[in-house]
Amino acid sequence: MALQRERVEPGTAGRKPEWERAGGVRAGVRPTLADREGVLAPLFLLPAVAYIVALVAIPFLLAIAFSFSDVTAGDPSFDWVGLRNYRRIFQDPVFWQSLRNTFVFTVVSMALTVVLAKALAMVLVADFRGKWVVRFLVLLPWTTPVALATIVWLYLLDSLYSPIDWMLRQIGLLDGNVFWLGRPGLAMVSVVLVHTWRIVPLAAVIIMAGLVAIPDEINDAAAIDGAGFWRKLTEVTLPLTMPVIAVAALLGAILTFTDMTVVYVLTRGGPTNATQVLPSWAFIRGIVGADLAQGAAIALFLFPLLLAAAVAILRAVRRMEVL
Amino acid sequence: MAVVVEVKGLKKHFNGEVHAVDGVDLTTGEGEYLVLLGPSGCGKTTLLRTIAGLEEPTEGEVLIGGSVVNGLPPRARRIAMVFQSYALYPHKTVLQNITFPLKAEKLGREARLNKAQWAAGLLGIGHLLDRKPRHLSGGERQRVALARALVRDPSVFLLDEPLSNLDAKLRATARDELKLFQQDIGTTTIYVTHDQVEAMGLGDRIAVMYEGRVRQVGPPVEVYDDPADTFVATFIGSPPMNLVERGDQLVGFRPENFLPQAVVAGNGNRWSLPFHVHRVEHLSGDRHLYGTVPAGREHVRVIARLPATVTTPVDPDTTYEFAVHERHLRFFDRVSGERTAPRPVRD
Repeated sequence: MALQRERVEPGTAGRKPEWERAGGVRAGVRPTLADREGVLAPLFLLPAVAYIVALVAIPFLLAIAFSFSDVTAGDPSFDWVGLRNYRRIFQDPVFWQSLRNTFVFTVVSMALTVVLAKALAMVLVADFRGKWVVRFLVLLPWTTPVALATIVWLYLLDSLYSPIDWMLRQIGLLDGNVFWLGRPGLAMVSVVLVHTWRIVPLAAVIIMAGLVAIPDEINDAAAIDGAGFWRKLTEVTLPLTMPVIAVAALLGAILTFTDMTVVYVLTRGGPTNATQVLPSWAFIRGIVGADLAQGAAIALFLFPLLLAAAVAILRAVRRMEVL
Repeated sequence: MAVVVEVKGLKKHFNGEVHAVDGVDLTTGEGEYLVLLGPSGCGKTTLLRTIAGLEEPTEGEVLIGGSVVNGLPPRARRIAMVFQSYALYPHKTVLQNITFPLKAEKLGREARLNKAQWAAGLLGIGHLLDRKPRHLSGGERQRVALARALVRDPSVFLLDEPLSNLDAKLRATARDELKLFQQDIGTTTIYVTHDQVEAMGLGDRIAVMYEGRVRQVGPPVEVYDDPADTFVATFIGSPPMNLVERGDQLVGFRPENFLPQAVVAGNGNRWSLPFHVHRVEHLSGDRHLYGTVPAGREHVRVIARLPATVTTPVDPDTTYEFAVHERHLRFFDRVSGERTAPRPVRD
């Protein structure tokens, strides 16, 4: 194909688009919108930004505003009351118990999750027959809607008809009933276990991605260098997947910290607030109790902790990039 | 002290179909540098990994130092392996990388340190011990991988394309050092490569592999001069051996032996061909001539390589009388490609 150089008269160059002035190589082919990154980038970002502004930024600012007001469901007019809501929260022993419970709930759940998810991830990457079926089954708890799965657990842990109790009775380990959700300590154990059951698949899949990313030759080298299972685990696999494990744990922590479904469906925070966590307490005060201002103030206590977790995640991700 | 590695009737099939290694018998000498050479996918790496114990053979035996090691994990085989990517532990320092195998052997701290320093000194990386692998150059990483292999006092070194990640210039010096290094320590070494220059330069013997089988084993000169079949003939040598059909045979000759008739001594014992030159290339003093010779009714592409000492002028698109001395001719079966007995080809 002969390329014909266009003659450009002096002074007219500015009027022609650049691709034509450049010699007509693509004469007739005009750049479309898809070629213009300066337009595309904001265009693609817009939906996400709009979504975040509408569903995160505005509610967050509203919550801050509400926490300094006396807004209730019955009287939504905004009146400034300063720190009154916070003062009341601090005087409320249930708040302090919820805060403590939230930490116990999160820390214990995450400790269990990390250990179980790591073990599960190692099973998932192993090569065996039917591993796809196992992977699918393992993911099920995470894909089942929270409320649905928790209601099933509610039946499983029922005070009178619990199948778990029935089985324990059958094998002779139990006389009567456990009352899983009826005793303060056991209620917390139940909530933690159900939540862990839900989060472990997600964490396992994240950790699995990290395990798969370890080059085969590194694993081979460890085998050649004479490392057995435990040495390889502690000196090669764990250090190399630590950033991914950290991401899984922190993501899980955020999900645990902000979660109220499991608590709300299983115990409603009871018995006697033994399983009350910040989100459920905020919900009960703000929505059930109609005191929006109080609810907002309680919920805001989640913010600094979530911020810290987010920063920690970003740092872990950075470390992954460096490795 | 050097140990012999022996492979008997070794087969390795993947998924029952892919015959990566398809019946290999091979024995190294004591302290020998044996190179497994072949194109990618020929099974050479699988063979090496089977010797290392990273793969279990489908059939056959691997013997190290006279005893069968089938079923033994790699750590029980007293072998050391250097991987193509070096496979250094990215989160460990150079020192920790080198001492890792010693830690697995439960060697004391002091002894580990001494051993690592000895190996690092030998390879000239003593000043890098505190660095992490990502702060090292390709050549330095390769040395760390070698040091890590060395500290274990292995009876066999297995090297899987250890030079292929280096740039061309570094590769030449690294090849040289690797050879000297092996001569110093005298450990039996099996070296996998697809690069014939490395194979020719490093190997005491070369085993040429193709499609899961060993086609020829021998010293580099022998493999080059007397290829066992047309695969070896055309795989080794750059440019490769010319093959010209003649009756039921293929006649092979090396480009450097295909010269203007006037330069080839002897009258009755040379094979002359009218060589139509298409293109002339000047490469490091030599001239590479690309052209065709008649073979039956067709024309076959051949290459001639004139050394700087041959000054005969050659122009493209001209036909010249070229010849090969009889002693440089090799004969192969046209169908099977196997080497056959020579037949006189007087001109």
